[in-house]
Amino acid sequence: MTTGYIAQQIVNGLILGSMYALVAIGFSMIYGIVRLINFAHGDIVMIGAFVTLGLLQSLGAPLPVVAVGVLLSGAGMGIAVERAAFRPMRGAPQVTGFIASLAVSIMLQNLGILTLTAQPRNFAFPDYLQAVIHVGAVGFRVIDVVIMLSAVLLMGLLLLLVHRTRLGMAMRATAENLDVARLMGIPINRTIRSAFAVGSGLAAIAGLMWGGKFGQIDPLLGYVPGLKSFVAAVIGGVGSIPGAILGGYVLGLAEVLFVGLLPPIYSAFRDAFVFAALILILLALPNGILGKAAEDRA
Amino acid sequence: MNLRRPRWIWLALALGGVAAVGLAQAAWDDYLLSIVNFVGIYAILAVSLNLTNGFAGLFSLGHPGFMAIGGYVTAILTLPASRKAMFLALPGWLAGIELPFLPALLAGGAAATLTAFLLGLSVLRLSGHYLAVATMGFLIIVQVLIENWESVTRGPLGLNGLAALTDLWWVYGWLLAAIYLSWKVKFSSFGRSMLAMREDSLAAQCLGVNLFRTRVAALAIGAFFAGVAGGLWAHLVTAITPGTFSLIMAFNIVVMVVVGGTGSITGAVVAAVLFSAATEIFRPLEESFEAYGIAEILMALVLLVILIYRPSGLFGSREPAFLTAGPTHKPGNHPATAKGGQ
Amino acid sequence: MLKVADVHVYRGRTHVLKGVSLEVGRGDIVALIGANGAGKTTLLRTLSGLLRPRRGAIRFQPRADGPEVDLTRLAAEDIVGLGISHCPEGRGVFARLSVRENLLIGAYRRRDRGGIEEDYQRVRAIFPILEERAGQAAGSLSGGEQEMLAIGRALMSRPALLILDEPSLGLGPMVVARLFGVLAEINRQGVTLLLVEQNAVAALNLARRGYVLETGRMVLSGPSRQLLEDPNVQRAYLGGTA
Repeated sequence: MTTGYIAQQIVNGLILGSMYALVAIGFSMIYGIVRLINFAHGDIVMIGAFVTLGLLQSLGAPLPVVAVGVLLSGAGMGIAVERAAFRPMRGAPQVTGFIASLAVSIMLQNLGILTLTAQPRNFAFPDYLQAVIHVGAVGFRVIDVVIMLSAVLLMGLLLLLVHRTRLGMAMRATAENLDVARLMGIPINRTIRSAFAVGSGLAAIAGLMWGGKFGQIDPLLGYVPGLKSFVAAVIGGVGSIPGAILGGYVLGLAEVLFVGLLPPIYSAFRDAFVFAALILILLALPNGILGKAAEDRA
Repeated sequence: MNLRRPRWIWLALALGGVAAVGLAQAAWDDYLLSIVNFVGIYAILAVSLNLTNGFAGLFSLGHPGFMAIGGYVTAILTLPASRKAMFLALPGWLAGIELPFLPALLAGGAAATLTAFLLGLSVLRLSGHYLAVATMGFLIIVQVLIENWESVTRGPLGLNGLAALTDLWWVYGWLLAAIYLSWKVKFSSFGRSMLAMREDSLAAQCLGVNLFRTRVAALAIGAFFAGVAGGLWAHLVTAITPGTFSLIMAFNIVVMVVVGGTGSITGAVVAAVLFSAATEIFRPLEESFEAYGIAEILMALVLLVILIYRPSGLFGSREPAFLTAGPTHKPGNHPATAKGGQ
Repeated sequence: MLKVADVHVYRGRTHVLKGVSLEVGRGDIVALIGANGAGKTTLLRTLSGLLRPRRGAIRFQPRADGPEVDLTRLAAEDIVGLGISHCPEGRGVFARLSVRENLLIGAYRRRDRGGIEEDYQRVRAIFPILEERAGQAAGSLSGGEQEMLAIGRALMSRPALLILDEPSLGLGPMVVARLFGVLAEINRQGVTLLLVEQNAVAALNLARRGYVLETGRMVLSGPSRQLLEDPNVQRAYLGGTA
């Protein structure tokens, strides 16, 4: 176990964590504003990945154009999900909203299977992105650097949106107290839609990154990032955006280090480990690391 | 609360039921029998989940996990020692055992119940959607364990060549047991405390209901029948593989309970029959049109529609009046036997 | 300015407001008193559009020379736009936003930067403590300060009619006295007030007219002086002889 090996694992963990963080942010934004778990969030990642594939293959579009297209399609999908499953559930018990989003997730997955078949497809990013760089003993591909830098950039932009714009202030107010926000004249339907749009857009971009990183996509791919983003959000404190970012990186690092540092026989238990950790956190630290009080909506 | 119809009606129904099962078992072909058996097993699952989710208001997505545990334990116990040696690497005392169906099923149910106790002690302090996610985590942990503990479960390949021990008698016998137990629980003081807990846990606590113990009991009883259902499933398909016990299955059972009406035993049975029959009908259609996934999409759509327009489900929390009202009591007369029997 | 006519409101199956009528004249201060559970908050929430009446009409005329609008058809956010500002029960400040952000959010529907800035200064002049605490999270303020923030925030929308739901709740008598003094001043500057209170004495002393709501029905109304001297009111809400 050389320092080089550990450093490599840490870098890998950070890359994975960047993706988890992006998805977790969207998840927390949605949870913060409607107090419901959006099970279909992971499937937006899947949609992002497939839209990327479609745009790259059929249009041969350059990457920045693809990224914009993916963002928009994710946002659009998020708005659709909000309208179909979350708006009608407003005011219903938590669990009802959860089952509803579970239903949407299953519909999306099966629509994917129906239209795209369950066959995994290969991702082909332009070659220059696949080139490998070495810094000391640590190696990574250009695409990994792009992933990390864009993730950080997007997170920064998001924090600016939430804390320095009128819309962001409206989102924060609505998340805190929906009725009083209405009394301020805040158009809550539009505000909630915006939260879904932004959060889902980020998830879709994560899908682009996911495809680039793992090289293969299929309609069921949303399941893993969906659940893991939930875990990441809970780790950091669900509803909190900085918490989601923190949780994403913690989870990414923990997962990679778990596999990298323990004997190989345990690596298949990686997912079980993640969920056991989730249960422990829900029990011991229900407010996550950043410990914001889990207030009930007033 | 008792059923108020005269005793002889139930006796006649029971005999009729026995006759029907006997005839069906003798006369129908294997394909039809297997469909009816699947429907029955789904009904057991729905009734058992109704106990956990419906009566007690817990939201458990872990039921397939209990099924898996029950199924594997049953399968391992019924497998002849020679086949066990072929597939698995079990400790000595286990490798030699070969049990008949009933003890094996009971052992499977017991194993599931034990796991439910352990799980319950850990996670039942959570509630709402956090509990749901924790139970989902349990399901995933069980899946991962089964897929990787090859010496005991043979991993992703699963166990095959199980004896085809399940038939209508077993399935419907266990279904009746599950319904009977659920009915007894629902209309007992224990059942009332469960329902109280579901409606308003703070008020229930003030009334002295021990929330925690009630929740663990609800989970454990539901798990027992899920485990038995798993054993029945394994010996119907004559094989058991980890892929069966997925989140999709958890979702499907939840759909049955929600659509039927959380808390209604009749609702759970009716919904289970409707949904599993529909799935079986859809399957050949899916295959011939290569349109896989349509049945799931439709199920999810129906669930969404029900959640939006009729969230209490087909039957709400009640049992239909003709089962609970009777010649000696008019509905509304006596609170316990009033329409709905809540 | 505001006419509530025979309004019936149901919460679920409960008939909370049973044919309630009241009127608020332009420039007036009107007090609505009643016991816990009488339906006062429900009435205010209905006025603000958070609840819808099953029967009855609510007509609002924001400008003396302008049209009357039926509030029962409008969304809550639009009612704010018409000039009604609601200071909710329990203050309702956004604890995680700063004092400054809370105030700015009160002006959410306004687009006139100059006017907003002007009003911001005005509010800070009325409640200097808010200027001190501008950058702090609103949740860290004391009860009295939060009430001031809530009122200041309500003023930021430049309302014609300000509705306050139990502003004195949980506050000590000196703070209440100061607060009510500020409310009188706000009224002198042209804002009509509708004040709901359990603290009947303070409310009736501040107001010019009053209404008494009891289990969903308006049982008394009149000039506040008259209500203060009414023996029934005294017995029920004013603790015996005034």
